[in-house]
This record gives sequence, C-alpha cells and structure tokens, in this order.
Amino acid sequence: MLEYLPPAFVLLIGAALIGCVRGALRTLVVLTAPILTLLLVWQVPDGVVFEVAFLDFAIEPIEGSPVRRLFALIFTLMALIGGLYAYRQAAWHELAAAYAYAAGAIGVSFAGDLVTLFIYWEVMAIFSTFIVWNGASRDAQAAGIRYAIMHLLGGVILMIGIEGLAVQTGSIDLRPIRAVDLSTWLILIGVLVNAAAPPVSAWLADAYPRSSPTGSVFLSAFTTKAAVLALILLFPGESVLIGVGLFMIIYGIIYALLENDIRRILAYSIVNQVGFMVCAVGIGTEMALNGAAAHAFAHIIYKALLFMSAGVVVYRTGMNRCSDVGGLFRTMPLTAICGIVGALAISGFPLTSGFTTKTLISQAAAQESMAFVYFMLAAASAGVFLHAGIKFPWFVFFQRDSGLRPKDAPWNMALAMLIFAGLCILLGVAPELLYGLLPYPVEYQAYTSGKVLFYLQLLLFSGLAFFLLLPLMKRTLTISLDTDWLWRALLPRIAGHIIRASLKIGQPFLATILKSLARLRGVAAALLSVSSAAPDAKPSGLLARSWSIGSTALAVLVLLTLYVLAYLFWNVHT
Amino acid sequence: MRSKGRISHDGKIRFARGEALLAPHLPHLPHLPMLQVLVPLLMAPFVLLLHPRGLAWAAATAASLMAFAIAVVLALTVVGDAPLTYQVGRWPAPYGIELRVDDFSALLLLVITGASSVTLLGGWQSLARALPSARQPYYFSAWLLALTGFVGIAVSADAFNIFVFMEVSSLASYVLIAGGPDRRALSAVFKYLIMGTVGATFYLVGIGLVYMMTGTLNLADMAVRISDVADTRPVLLAAGFITVGLALKAAIFPLHIWLPNAYAYAPHIATAFLAACATKVALYVLLRFDFVVLQHSASEHAVQFAGYLMPLAVLGILVGSGVAIFERDLKRLLAFSSVAQIGYMLLGASLVTIAGLNAAILHMFNHALAKGGLFLVVAAFCTVAASSQLEQIGGIARKMPWTFAAFVVCGLSLIGVPGTAGFLSKWYLVTAALDYGALGIALVGVILVSSLMAVVYIWRVVESACFAGEFGDDADSDSETAAVPPLLFIAVWIVALANLYFGLASALPIELAASAANLLMGNAP
Repeated sequence: MLEYLPPAFVLLIGAALIGCVRGALRTLVVLTAPILTLLLVWQVPDGVVFEVAFLDFAIEPIEGSPVRRLFALIFTLMALIGGLYAYRQAAWHELAAAYAYAAGAIGVSFAGDLVTLFIYWEVMAIFSTFIVWNGASRDAQAAGIRYAIMHLLGGVILMIGIEGLAVQTGSIDLRPIRAVDLSTWLILIGVLVNAAAPPVSAWLADAYPRSSPTGSVFLSAFTTKAAVLALILLFPGESVLIGVGLFMIIYGIIYALLENDIRRILAYSIVNQVGFMVCAVGIGTEMALNGAAAHAFAHIIYKALLFMSAGVVVYRTGMNRCSDVGGLFRTMPLTAICGIVGALAISGFPLTSGFTTKTLISQAAAQESMAFVYFMLAAASAGVFLHAGIKFPWFVFFQRDSGLRPKDAPWNMALAMLIFAGLCILLGVAPELLYGLLPYPVEYQAYTSGKVLFYLQLLLFSGLAFFLLLPLMKRTLTISLDTDWLWRALLPRIAGHIIRASLKIGQPFLATILKSLARLRGVAAALLSVSSAAPDAKPSGLLARSWSIGSTALAVLVLLTLYVLAYLFWNVHT
Repeated sequence: MRSKGRISHDGKIRFARGEALLAPHLPHLPHLPMLQVLVPLLMAPFVLLLHPRGLAWAAATAASLMAFAIAVVLALTVVGDAPLTYQVGRWPAPYGIELRVDDFSALLLLVITGASSVTLLGGWQSLARALPSARQPYYFSAWLLALTGFVGIAVSADAFNIFVFMEVSSLASYVLIAGGPDRRALSAVFKYLIMGTVGATFYLVGIGLVYMMTGTLNLADMAVRISDVADTRPVLLAAGFITVGLALKAAIFPLHIWLPNAYAYAPHIATAFLAACATKVALYVLLRFDFVVLQHSASEHAVQFAGYLMPLAVLGILVGSGVAIFERDLKRLLAFSSVAQIGYMLLGASLVTIAGLNAAILHMFNHALAKGGLFLVVAAFCTVAASSQLEQIGGIARKMPWTFAAFVVCGLSLIGVPGTAGFLSKWYLVTAALDYGALGIALVGVILVSSLMAVVYIWRVVESACFAGEFGDDADSDSETAAVPPLLFIAVWIVALANLYFGLASALPIELAASAANLLMGNAP
C-alpha cells in the first residue's frame, strides 16, 4: 500500500500539520515530513504506478523514471535541509507554504500526464506567492502580486496549450513533443515562463530578493528547476531552447554584475544557471540531458547554500545591499566559509559539484560540434565566476570593514549550510555518486588534466580581471533596468514616440490621436471608475453605478427590438 | 395539494439503478418530486406561528435540510438514468400538471436546496442580529417561500407553472432583500421589483404567444407541436419576449443593473443564498426554453441564440470583472463578479454545442459553491466589521485567519485554480471554446483576460484583509472563535471544503451536467 501513496501528498499533509500544531510537535513535523517523503520518493518504481479517471482522461499521478526520481530526490532533500535552516526563524505560515510549494515540485516530478503536471504547477505558483508575501514589506506585497499575475498568466497559457493538445490528439500523456503548432508552442511558452526565460526573466529577480531571508532559500530551488524538468520531459532537443538558454546565461551575468542587492545578485545568477540547463535541453543528446539533470541537482544545492549564506547575513544585519555590508568574515567565519564553498561550486571550480556537472554540458556541446555554443558556455563560466564566485563573497565578507559585528549563524542555519557545503564538495570529489543516478549511462571522466587546466586558467584569469577592474566593480546605489522595463516603461515610451512621429507627419493626425486617446481614457473612467475618494461615495462610472428604472426599461426595450429585428433578418435571409 | 400528493403516481416511471439502490428503503420515492415542493411550501405558514426566539429559524432550517435530502436522493436516482415524472392528480401530461426531474433539474435542485441549507444553518446569529425578533417568523417564512419558488421552477414541466413559481420566488426574495436593517435596500429592492415584474411579464407574454400558436403549456408537448406551426412570426416574437424577460431575471449584461445593489444591501446571509441560486434558476428556464422548445421553431434559432447572446456574454464577462476591479464595497465587488460569472455560463451555452452546454451547466454548480462561500465569509467578516467596505475589513485576516483562509479557497475556486471546483468548469469551457474554431480562440482570449482580472479583484480583497487596517492591534489567536459564530464558521468551511472536494472528486456534478447537456441538445441517451 505504501508505494501507492503519492510522495507529494505526504509533504502536503505535513504542510497542513505545520499549520495545526505548535511547539515541539511542529518541529517534529518539519523534520519528519520530508524524511518520510524521501522514503516514498525512493520507492517509486519505473513506469506508471497507477491511473485514475479524471474528467475524460486517464490521469497518471505517479510515473517513475530515473530523471524524475532524481529531481524529486533533490526537491525533497531541499525541503528537508531548507526546513532545518528555517524552522526556528521563519513564521509558521511561511514554513507551511514552503512545504506545500515543495510538494508541488515533487508532484510535477512524478506527473505522468499533462493535467497532473498542470495541477501541481499551479500549486507551486500559489504557495510560492505566499512565500514572497511573507517578506512582509510593502515591496514584497507588490512584488508578490506581480509574481502571482505572471505565474497565473503562464499557467493559463500552459492550460490552453494542454487543452489544445488534448483536443487535437485526444491524449494528455506526458511525452516528448515538438513545438510545431499553436498548442505545443503555448505549452513551451507556459513552461518557459516558469523557467524565467526572456522576455519575462525579470519576475525572478523582482520577487525573490523581496521575500524573507528564509523564504528566498526555498524560492531559489523549485520553480525554475521544475520547469527544467518539464523541458527535459517535453521538449528534449528543441533547438530554439539553445538560443533561449544562451540568452539567459548572458542576461544573468550582465545584470548580476550591475546589481548591488546581495540576494538579487544571486537571483540573477539563477537565471544564468538555468540558462545552462535550458541550453543543454536544447542540445538534446543523452549526454546533454544528463548534464541538464546533473546540473540542476548540483545547482539546487549550491544555490540554496548561497542563499542560505546571504540569508544569514540579511537575518543578522537586516541589510540587503553590498554597499552597506563588508568585512563580515571577522564575526561570521562559518557563514563566510560556506558562502565561499557555494561560490566556488557555482563557478565550477575543480573539486566542487559545479565542475563535475557543468562540464558535462560543455562536453555535450563539443560532441555535437557546436563550437559557438561551446565557447559561449566557456566564456559564461568565467562570467559566473566574476559575479557569483568572487563578487558575492568579496563584497559581503571582505572588501572594506563596514564596522558591523553581527553574530554568526544560529545553530540550525549553520548545520543546514554545513550539510549543503559538504554535499557540494562530496559531489565534486566523488562525481560517480551523482552520475549513477542520471537518466542515461555516463561514460565521462570529469577530471582529465586538460579540462582541469583549462578551467583553472579560465577562472584564475577572470579572478585577475575582477581585481584589476575592482574600481569599476564597486557597487554604488544604482538601479539597473531590467526587462520589466519593457512593459513598465518602454511601451508607454514607444507610444510617446509614435505620437511625436505623427507630430511631424501632421498636426491634425496628432490632434485626433491625442483626442481619441483622451477620449478612450475618459470612456474607461466614465464606465468603470469610482468618483471620489470618500469611503461611502457612490460609484459613478456608467457601468458601475445603478441606473434609473427608466433607463433600464429603455435597455430592455432596445434589447427586445434588437432580438426581434435580428430574428427577422435571419428568417428573411434564409 | 396535500390530497393530490397522496394520490399515487402514474405507473410508467422507470427505475433502473435508482430503484435497486433506493426503492426498498424509500417507498415514497415516486412522490419525491412533489414532496420537494411541498416540504418548504407547507412549512412556510407553519413557521409563521413559531414566535419563541430561534424556533422559526430552526424549523426553516429543518425544512431546508429535508428538501436538501430529497434533492440528494433525486439526484442519485436520476443520474445516468431516466427522468422521474410525476403527474399531479394522475392527469396525463399534456392536460394535467406534470412535474419532471431530469439531470438538469436535479443538479439545480442540489444547488438551490444546498445553498439554502448551508446559509440557514450558518446564518442564525447573523440574521438574528439583522432582524428584530418579532419579524423573524415572517422572514423565515418568506425564505421558505423563496425556496419553494426556486425548487418549483426546477421541477415544473410546464411553462405556466414555471411562471407561477417564478412569481412566488420573486415576491419572497424581495422580502428577503428588503427585510434587513439597511434602508438602502428599500430603493434597491424597488428597482428589483420593477425589473423583476417586467421580466416576468415579458415571460408571460412570451408563453401566451406560444400558447396561442400551439395550444399547450407543457414544455415537451410544446416542443413537438411548435415545429408544425406554419406562421412563425408570433413564435419569433415570443422567443424575443422570453429571452429578454429571462435575461432580465438572470441579470445578463446589460440587464444586471438591479443585481449589485440588491445583493449589497440585503442581509448578508440572504445575499449568500440568493447569489448562489437566484440568477441560475432564471438561466435554467432560459436554457430549457431555448433548447427544448424554441430550437424546434426555426432552423436558425441556434444561430440567433448564439449571435444574440454571445456578445452579451463576452461584454458581461469583461465589464463585470472590470467594474469589480474598481469596486470599493466587498459585496458589490462580488456581485459584479457574479455578473461576469453569469457571462461565463451564457458564453458556454451560446456555443450551442454539447461541450459548451456541459461547461455552462457545470459552472452553475461550481459558481454557486464559490460565490455562496464567498458571501458567507462576508457575513462572517461583518460580525466584527462595521460594513463590507474594503476599508472596513482591513486587517481582518489577522483577527480571523481561518475564516479568511476559507475566503482564499473560495476565491481560488472563483479564479479557477486547479484542485478547486472552479477549475473544472473553466477547463470544460476552454475545451468547448477551442472546439469552436477560429472564433473560439478569441473567446479563449476573453476567458484568459477575465481570469487574470479575477486574480486582481480577489487580490484586492486579500490585500486589504491581510495588510491594511486596524484589526491587527488587538488580534490574538483566540479571538477568532469569539468573533465568528461557530455555526457560521462550520458553514463557511463546509462550503470551502466542498469547493476542494468537487475540484477533485466531481463525478456527480459532471455526470449530471453532461447528461443535462445531452438532454438539452436533443439527443438524450
């Protein structure tokens, strides 16, 4: 019976229990629910475990395969260590939301069909929004609603794509497809929205840094990586993903270099790292898919580690910006060391997990003779080292002495960081442990002298570049424009340009355009708005207010006349 | 009527699964369609006599629960099975009065009686506070009459009885709306009364015209005879009167004007009851008439129906959601959202396909769950808040987190998030629209936009309930039980859990809606 219990349910029940119990019992739930889930995840066999009928379709809530188990494993592990990291500091509703969020990600991992995938997808969207709101500032609320709307928009696009596919093929089975027509494109777009692909990459860096120090640890792990898994399962070898992935890599590096907010640097580097995985899915060979899966696994660990380290800094100092902190290594040695381990791992330093997984992707590009992709990836590795590998620890823990003397991490946070730091190094030293779990057999030797030398040179020279360019890299209180500028500022500006251009063409046109725009706004106000700010004021927009009986009766008459006329027209016509 | 009820049924009722399952335990099964109406009807005058405090409420609740039990048995009997018919006084159908419970009416009966039972059950404290105790027996009597009218419409098989029950329900619901302490309800209900009367009169004129041409009032009989009518002009006019009249009652845009104020100023519990079922009953009659009877009158009726109502549906969806985004009063916000949701139902129906009707009918059920739940939560909020203005409920989530959680669940169902009931009807609606060709894709766009608009207006409520306002200061976790009446709390969570339950295990409503759609499209299984 045990193997029929979906692992996601256990964690969902755990999330509900966190809301119901208090004190030591809650701690017990926080720590045991992921362990139980882990046991169940381990027991999911290959293939569809069971089917249920839902609507007109056969739903397969659990389908096992190596790559699915791998993702579910790391998601559960993340929930466990994240729970350990957060349970003494985070509010109970944040913990409950985080566990439900993780349950959504685990559900996505085992979804055997598109409907199950979509249901868990939305579970993730909802509960991650709650986590963003738990940032509990005015900014976090606003970012939360932007985040929610972006994800629900992506969700609706995905749903319509799935339905279109179901209508066309009559099947909702989750299997590799190609983006060839409207519905498959919609599915691809819906998934890519969650992967923070361009042009909507900005939601990630907008929302994640505004959550609480513990919330951002959870946020960093699930949404984008679940999207990567969905891409692996649905669109392996979809060549458009190579371009999308490369764009994300470059985008992430540039914005992370310009950024000053500690956690936003890390958020941009999520986009960058997910770009590696998306690119690998686009390459689509067995080795590349192995690389995407392995990289996702390693990435969740070191990125969570980085966010944990940054989270401790924010938690202890209350400061979010690089320019406010510095020199913290004196009083926070453990946090600094763990942060450095994470930074080395993300840069792909030999003997860390980043090296053993990222090189799989480069190797796959090389095998496919994709020279351009290969060199882009290599260059990007240097860029990653610049922004996450050196910039983050340097500005936070070293550089100048900011005079802050915060205490080091609380014991549970420290333990969580140590576990993940240990895993980063373990997977770097003994990559076979991870390679054995990958979907395809691995005939790949990570440590050849050529590769190690190549990467060491690359990394050391970019390190040199960093310190040579240090004056340029000094972070000031700047704001970087992001792609959300497109829809927040560019569109209005383009409209302005068009109007100005038409000014040259002719005054009369402009006048009409302006007048009609003004009229349009006037119409919208007249229809929908509420007149004054007084709390008891009656709504005064035409459609919002209550009409008089006479005008309603007029509307009735008009409609009746229209009906009869339309009917007569049809009858005469035919 | 009681004597008619006792006289036995006509022998032609066919039982299959229902009989095997239920008949041995329920010797009165054949009489249930009649009892469905009689229980609340006979209880209504009885309630008038119950003056001691609370008794009238208890009796009305008991009657409503009994009606609900009957509706459940009826639904289980007819689902996937032949309809139950009941011939009053054993007069055969075209001449005598026929009651008929098929899948469509069974689904509606569930909605009506369920809404009435849950709102009454949870509504005692809220209503007791709104009504002076001398007036309570009258109020609960009116409630039962409204219930009688609604279920009467659902079980009647002839057009004139539908009219009679429509009047019963309308007059009673005017009382329900105006009976509260809010004086603004009087002007609102006056408007509703005028509009409701216009609508009912239009309907009456319409069936008068059809009766003139066919000589029958029985809907099934009408459908047969109307195809033989040579001169279609009067039928055409009748179709106009009936459609517009019922559109008025169903608050289809732009004839929804009576609805927001009537809902906003009625006692909160009455709003929850009426919002869950009143407009759906009118929509039920509209669909029944248009699909069972009028489709046979002219070959282009389907085109006419679609071409006329689809624009209204789309406009209603967009305008209703748009106004809801700007609205400051929570009850008016939800009322405008109802206008949009009625648009969804109408949109499904106006596709004139089985899939579309299926979506529309299922949405009747699911929307009743979501909106009924939301209005119940509003009633709970208003036990501590001064009014339902968004400013007044600021910070209330900190005072009553669990009640607020129920609001979120029902709100997600309204938005149509997977795992909730609302998702299923949206899924069906999008599937039906995608099946519809090029225009369907545009309609999907409308659904997409309005879903996001729903996110925004639900979010506005969540925002002010969580982050603004004054309730946070004295909040401690024990105060919720003190603030919310326990019965209301239970009722709120019954509905919220039903939203989740019917989002996951929704076989019954889906089966009922699917066979109702088949029935209406004229190829009954």
